[in-house]
Amino acid sequence: MMEWTTLLLLLSAATPILFAALGEAVAERSGVLNLGVEGMMITGALAGFAAAHATGSPMVGFVAGALAGAALSLIFAVLTQYLLTNQVATGLALTMFGLGLTAMFGKPYEGVKAPSMPGGPLGINWVIWLGLILVPVIWLVLNRTRPGLILRGVGENHEAAHALGYKVRGVRMAAIAIGGALAGIGGAYVSIATVLQWTEGMTAGAGWIALAIVVFAGWSPWGVLAGAWLFGGVTVLQLRLQAAGVAVPVQLLSMAPYLATIIVLVIISARHKYAGGGGTAPGSLGRPFHALR
Amino acid sequence: MCERRNRLTYEKDNGDGVTTSELFRAEGLAKSYPGVRANDNVSFSVAPGEIHALLGENGAGKSTLVKMIYGLVRPDQGRMSLGGQPHAPADPRAARASGVGMVFQHFSLFDALTVAENIALGMDAPPPRADLSRRITEVSAAYGLPLNPARRVASLSAGERQRVEIVRCLLGNPRLLIMDEPTSVLTPQEAEILFATLRQLAAQGTAILYISHKLDEIRSHCDCATILRQGRVVGTVNPAQHSARELAAMMVGAEMRLVDRSGRQAGEVVLTAAGLTSAAGLEGTALKDVGFQVRAGEILGIGGVAGNGQEELIAALSGETTGRPGTVALDGRDLSAEGPEARRRAGLLAAPEDRLGHAAVPDMSLTENAILTGATRQGLQKHGVIDHRAARSFAEKIIAAFDVRTPGPGTAAGALSGGNLQKYVIGREILQEPRALVVNQPTWGVDAGAAAAIRQALLDLAGRGAAVVVISQDLDELLELSDRFAALNNGVLSAPVPTEGLTLEQVGLMLGGAHGMEVAHVAA
Repeated sequence: MMEWTTLLLLLSAATPILFAALGEAVAERSGVLNLGVEGMMITGALAGFAAAHATGSPMVGFVAGALAGAALSLIFAVLTQYLLTNQVATGLALTMFGLGLTAMFGKPYEGVKAPSMPGGPLGINWVIWLGLILVPVIWLVLNRTRPGLILRGVGENHEAAHALGYKVRGVRMAAIAIGGALAGIGGAYVSIATVLQWTEGMTAGAGWIALAIVVFAGWSPWGVLAGAWLFGGVTVLQLRLQAAGVAVPVQLLSMAPYLATIIVLVIISARHKYAGGGGTAPGSLGRPFHALR
Repeated sequence: MCERRNRLTYEKDNGDGVTTSELFRAEGLAKSYPGVRANDNVSFSVAPGEIHALLGENGAGKSTLVKMIYGLVRPDQGRMSLGGQPHAPADPRAARASGVGMVFQHFSLFDALTVAENIALGMDAPPPRADLSRRITEVSAAYGLPLNPARRVASLSAGERQRVEIVRCLLGNPRLLIMDEPTSVLTPQEAEILFATLRQLAAQGTAILYISHKLDEIRSHCDCATILRQGRVVGTVNPAQHSARELAAMMVGAEMRLVDRSGRQAGEVVLTAAGLTSAAGLEGTALKDVGFQVRAGEILGIGGVAGNGQEELIAALSGETTGRPGTVALDGRDLSAEGPEARRRAGLLAAPEDRLGHAAVPDMSLTENAILTGATRQGLQKHGVIDHRAARSFAEKIIAAFDVRTPGPGTAAGALSGGNLQKYVIGREILQEPRALVVNQPTWGVDAGAAAAIRQALLDLAGRGAAVVVISQDLDELLELSDRFAALNNGVLSAPVPTEGLTLEQVGLMLGGAHGMEVAHVAA
């Protein structure tokens, strides 16, 4: 059963990143670059943990995490879509805001234990299942439905989408909120299901890895899944190596998942480019849109 | 008011026994933006089956007018009616639902999506994918505009992209089809195919509202023309009964200056290019062994559809990309390894085509933009410090000499309209009295009056003994300006031939004909 537990650990380690990266992929496909993923994750982590602790129900925790992530993302959405602020600067500010906010409000929860997660089919909890199901669902919605087509159209050429009568701003507000909610769930998973307690800054850069994965995955949900599993796999591997007492500094081992993910994804995307295929960035990514009526 | 050329009578009984020969009517439309009255009391009407031209200079209000019809802009005043019903679309969706289709000047397509996806986005209730693909194939074949629904738009030529837009409109069975400068990116043969399609549509009763500033095109293909000047209608005429000069005079409000080609003599060879071979840019075409000579006082015209190496050619001549020794020489001096600044000092100047981004910095003032290319030749800096007074007076000189309409040299370049900025960037190079000047698309998107002024300035420059190379997609312009003509097709430059006696037909063939169009259709 050793293999099964390893697989479980891998799936579990990949889940926060999978959620956050799927959400960011949706936002970026609509043409919005939100660098605040880390801030939305940590907010989701605290809000989720607090709600789960107060009610004793992890389920309520995840809902709270999603709502908190979405709420934070709406700050970004209003600033960038209505007040036309720079998306990069606003995203960075959102991350700092989230980290600072949670550091302040998280104090009472330090050292508190999370309620235990119920298991699910095959011993895999239902949040992991939800993440796995979301991959084909998001792919299907983006590529095979009309709302998905409109979202991609808005991200590809917002001027043209506007000229055809689509509400560029509305589509983007919705995409940003979905991105925020998914990042919030990813963050809540870290505090409720992985670490089982709250510590300041506990998402530890997972939001940044999610951002990198989206780019190297060519904005495709399947690519995001591969990237998240890669990260999860190396995380489990380095934990095993630490446990086995290998004579490598712990810092290097802890660094390995981040490093390996980025190196592998860079190689993949470089080969895609060389072969002329692969994903290209949405045409209007990061550009502000302002309609004159 | 205007006589229909397409003699098919098309009168509809609207139910109460009254026949109507009017499909669309605008009455007293007005729209203002801060500081600009874009449309003022505009009234006109379009009959079913009529090809109706909207004619006017840049900024005359044509685009605003059609945007109101298509529901993108709401009029401040006035009424519209379509087929007898009031027409006040809240958004393009409502306009499409009531039977208005529009093909945009700058294609409103999504590069990364397929043809079918692009078309689905332009429909309000698209059928399932398989059905849609089948209908696209059917409709596109029926109108002689073959399209593969599964192709990505990024891989299509300009002509094919336009077909996507047209087919997208046709699938909605429009009663009124608006076309905003549709032929500006097409070869003459592609344009002929487009007109054949438009005639076919008109014969079926579709009214077409056709925006263009190509007067010959309007004279030979449109039944009626409404002429706009500064937001007002100045006349509705049958364009076939007026000369291009008369139409232009109505547009501009004054008699047009005819371009004067006299008084030039070709002298010694000034600019030599030989064996120019370059790597392709990101989306461009590699140059393949391009060579030519231009004499003092001579204008060489280089035609071709954009994307066939034009940008690479001007980069190689301006010094943006440097080449092997012996590829570019001015007055016998090898400049191949020199950058733009050294070439400017030697007298070889260039004005690239993309005025916002390549030729000018949008966020910088006109004065600062003048410094960017004029610093050395105009002595705009002293001991490495910018001489602002000199720069300002140079900018003012350009503004005065080229009639650039702007509050002053302190205005940001990006705040100027396209035509005005184009006059400024061309004027900036011409006033530096270059030994040789290379321009790309000198009058793209510029109205008739300004275009004539730019062309005259280029001719005058050649008349003063400079060698001029004009790269353009506008074949009429090249035939009007140049002494010799060469075609740039897929990175290969044809041997230059004298322009004298060259017909548009022959030029079209030199350009490689109707890129990817159905030969059978052209013959038919």
